[in-house]
Amino acid sequence: MTANDVLPYAAVLAICAMSAATQLMRLGGYWLMGHVPITPRMRKMLEALPGSVIVALVLPVVVKTGPTAYFAVGAVIVSMLLRRNEFLAVGIGVAVATLCRIYGL
Amino acid sequence: MTTMQSEPDDRGPEPHWTLAGLSQGLRLVLPVLPGVAVFGAAFGAVAAQKGLSFSEAVLMSTIVFAGASQLVAMEIWSGHMTLGLITTLALVTAVVNMRMLLMSASLRPWLGPLPPWQVYPMLTVITDMSWINAIRYRRQGGADAGVLLGASLAVWIVWVPVTVFGYLGGALIADPRRFGLDLIVPIYFVAMLMPIWPGPRRAIPWAVAGLVALVVERVVPGWWFIICGALAGAVSGGFVDDRK
Repeated sequence: MTANDVLPYAAVLAICAMSAATQLMRLGGYWLMGHVPITPRMRKMLEALPGSVIVALVLPVVVKTGPTAYFAVGAVIVSMLLRRNEFLAVGIGVAVATLCRIYGL
Repeated sequence: MTTMQSEPDDRGPEPHWTLAGLSQGLRLVLPVLPGVAVFGAAFGAVAAQKGLSFSEAVLMSTIVFAGASQLVAMEIWSGHMTLGLITTLALVTAVVNMRMLLMSASLRPWLGPLPPWQVYPMLTVITDMSWINAIRYRRQGGADAGVLLGASLAVWIVWVPVTVFGYLGGALIADPRRFGLDLIVPIYFVAMLMPIWPGPRRAIPWAVAGLVALVVERVVPGWWFIICGALAGAVSGGFVDDRK
């Protein structure tokens, strides 16, 4: 066994550590909510949570990315308003983003 | 439901499981699977460049199964793996994926009545894509937990093999930006969000979440903006008078 043989093992360990960290998050929020009293106020917070996660995730990314993201997201919104078809909307959004990148926006 | 509009998400119908729900979840998540596929292939390609072995790349996609954190990990990955680096990788992964803490918390009001041995295994495979599908399904009055599982498994079943393709095929897709795929999550989320627009008054938390996230993103490096924005939005939601 050479020193090099030890490295793959360390890499696997790193991957397992990453997995443990991720699963802690996946399970932790659900677990936590079973251990705090769900008051009416807490219920309303939980109800506002999904939309808040989405907006907090999307908005800074869009603003930071700039015009490409504005056009792509704008196209998605128009597409969803005209036809309520996510397939179409996602396709159009990605296509617009790709076009913007090709034309160097 | 007859005299009063029931509150979605909490006083909705009792959760249950059906096979039909599984396939419905799969169908719901279909629109985003091509994007997931190219994104996963991009990870495979980057992993190959960074010197991960084939089985390490596949293992990571299989048991971490969280695209953004996998790509971030590739930025700090090194062939010389020390204990310090392992710790750093775990911490960075935890921060990037901390939004999942909030996602799984938001599933409690729906899935809470189910026995834990059914819920926790399912939660190990949730992703942004399957979560938002399930949330929207619930908001529209659904109760079948199979929808969440079906959507999650569909993403997982695509994610792992495309890692292989990317790893072997590679260089062409190593740059997801080229195909606008760095924007696939925002694009998909906007499309999914529109049908659950809650009306202007109940969108106040959304505005708070967006503002706080924008400010934090400017001031604090890293991914904290998601957590700060989402928590601010949720807390403000607790104080908004939502009587119609």
